[in-house]
Amino acid sequence: MSRENILYRVRTALGRSAGQAVGDVPPVRIRIPEVDLEERIASMKARLEALAGVVCRTTDPRSVVRSRIAGKTAVASNSPYLAECGITSLPGVRSGITNLEELRSLCATCDVGITSADYALADTGTLVMLASPREARLISLLPPAHIAVVPRQRILTGLDELFSILPRPAEETSSMVLITGPSRTADIEQILVRGVHGPGQITVVIV
Amino acid sequence: MSAEFDQKIRTTLEDANLQLAIYTATGRLKEKRIESVSAETLPDYQELRSQANAIKKHSIENLDHYLEEFERNVEARGGKVVYCKDATEVSDFVLSIAKERGSHLIVKSKSMTTEEVDLNERLEHHGLESVETDLGEYILQLAHEKPYHIVAPALHKTRYDVAEIFTRSLHVPNETVPEKQTAIARAVLRQKFLDADIGISGANFLVADSGAVVIVENEGNARLTTTAPKIHIAIAGIEKVIPRAQDLVTFLKLLARSATGQSLSVYTSFLAGPRRPGEVDGPEEFYVVLLDNGRTKLLPDRTKRQSLYCIRCGACLNTCPVYRKIGGHSFPWVYSGPIGAIITPQFMGVSHEPSLPFASSLCGACGEVCPVKIDIPKILLELRSDVKKSETREKQNRLEKLAFQAFAWMMTHPRLYEIAGRIGASMAPASENGWIRSVPAPMDLPPVRAWLSQRDLPPPPAKSFREMWRQR
Repeated sequence: MSRENILYRVRTALGRSAGQAVGDVPPVRIRIPEVDLEERIASMKARLEALAGVVCRTTDPRSVVRSRIAGKTAVASNSPYLAECGITSLPGVRSGITNLEELRSLCATCDVGITSADYALADTGTLVMLASPREARLISLLPPAHIAVVPRQRILTGLDELFSILPRPAEETSSMVLITGPSRTADIEQILVRGVHGPGQITVVIV
Repeated sequence: MSAEFDQKIRTTLEDANLQLAIYTATGRLKEKRIESVSAETLPDYQELRSQANAIKKHSIENLDHYLEEFERNVEARGGKVVYCKDATEVSDFVLSIAKERGSHLIVKSKSMTTEEVDLNERLEHHGLESVETDLGEYILQLAHEKPYHIVAPALHKTRYDVAEIFTRSLHVPNETVPEKQTAIARAVLRQKFLDADIGISGANFLVADSGAVVIVENEGNARLTTTAPKIHIAIAGIEKVIPRAQDLVTFLKLLARSATGQSLSVYTSFLAGPRRPGEVDGPEEFYVVLLDNGRTKLLPDRTKRQSLYCIRCGACLNTCPVYRKIGGHSFPWVYSGPIGAIITPQFMGVSHEPSLPFASSLCGACGEVCPVKIDIPKILLELRSDVKKSETREKQNRLEKLAFQAFAWMMTHPRLYEIAGRIGASMAPASENGWIRSVPAPMDLPPVRAWLSQRDLPPPPAKSFREMWRQR
């Protein structure tokens, strides 16, 4: 439609010609602090708990997840790590879903969505999820509760480190989502309500 | 001042409940921002602001380059970019997609850009159902109102207003507890997400080197909007493009802190194209609408083009003494507060509401809190000058002009200023409770009375500063 017209207007206003190279780009600003693993885990826990998230440290993720989903229905992602931990074979857990319609209806009706996470960010208490055949997007989104099982080495210091490891996330995935705490709103009288559209409960199991 | 602007301001000022609501909400957001950017929590805050400003400046100066790079990268990943010059082109595009796919239901996440082009009204006019899914925006859509604030759109609504709106429009029992009201909205909107074929979102950033749309939010409605339906259409102003994904490190640290005092919003979605082979979910089609709608008019002027750096955090609204009194709906367009006062005249023309750039005390607070360092007070001054220049000779007030010339002459002659000050002080009328409320007969003219009715004039001190300085 208006492509040529708009680009022409932009160039005329800026005094540029088509295909003209750009001037000096300000250098990227990335500062990665040195924080050891124990401190990163402690920060992850403190930050997420401040947002009403739950953080469990364990060497036995299967038992932790089993007790948290007791009597509930759950959908687990196709992440090989969850299978490795024995979580996909827990009673009440459905996994291995590759059909979209099936995934949608399961996620819309189950109690808990279980995923891994590609990274976590210690200084904000954030989970980083890249969509892939292993991790569907809806599992961390539709069910009222989300449990993420994350090996502790994946806990990074923060955004700076994430974007130095993944300078161009689009090369890896069509969707990267940073999740920082449970879904929330304060649209009515600034009163905090959790679980408005996404999960109201978030649990991170650090292995 | 137009009668409408004047009337809206008066109604807002007279409504005590509304005054309290605006003051409390903006006050809370303001405090949270201050805490989250303090030297203890974010030591490099000022450096981040400078970096953000430098990137925005560079992006706007080379806008055509980055738009084309963005477009190439979106299309390389199977998405499509559509340039639209105005509201009609945007709605025509959405309508054409809906018609081709036989879709009737659209879910929408919060977007000021779509408010700007009245997208919902236009789509509904053509028989489509377009549902806002952000809780605040949903309440306002049901109430047929415009957002009151860039970040907190329904801050003027109480839980009782919401109860009334819900019972009237959704036919649910009267419910005044916000948790339960939220649950009602969740249930209604959840079904809409699952039924809709098209999801329309805005964009906080467009990343040129990735062909990605970045959306930040707290509720999860933007994730649902961009994940559940088969088609995702992102609508963004052309100024939203930034060069590199790595620049997000800077902007994400500033945006949520400036908006709500959070270190990061709950969800930050980085979306690059439709679902890829093997991925189980996500949209099959991905479109990005790049909207001009007047933005290119701001580009020629180096100072005024800074207005396009805005990342819509709303910090300038929360800190503005004028916004905090007159509220969001007094402003003549969808953008309110200091940023609205500089954007509106430039998008719509200064004659749209000529008094808008004057509705500021020029205290400078907006410029100080702006995370991308837009010099809002300076732009307001330039716009004031534009308004004066645009006035016809007949409309210009000769007396006012003469008075300002005399004032300027006096201010540039220190001796004269001092004498005038002494004469003024000796003639000063009596004060009541420490303020001058009225002046004696020859000066007691309607304009003087009007001026005094809105301002506190302190009585002159016994000694002027100059006298004190000489006697120090």
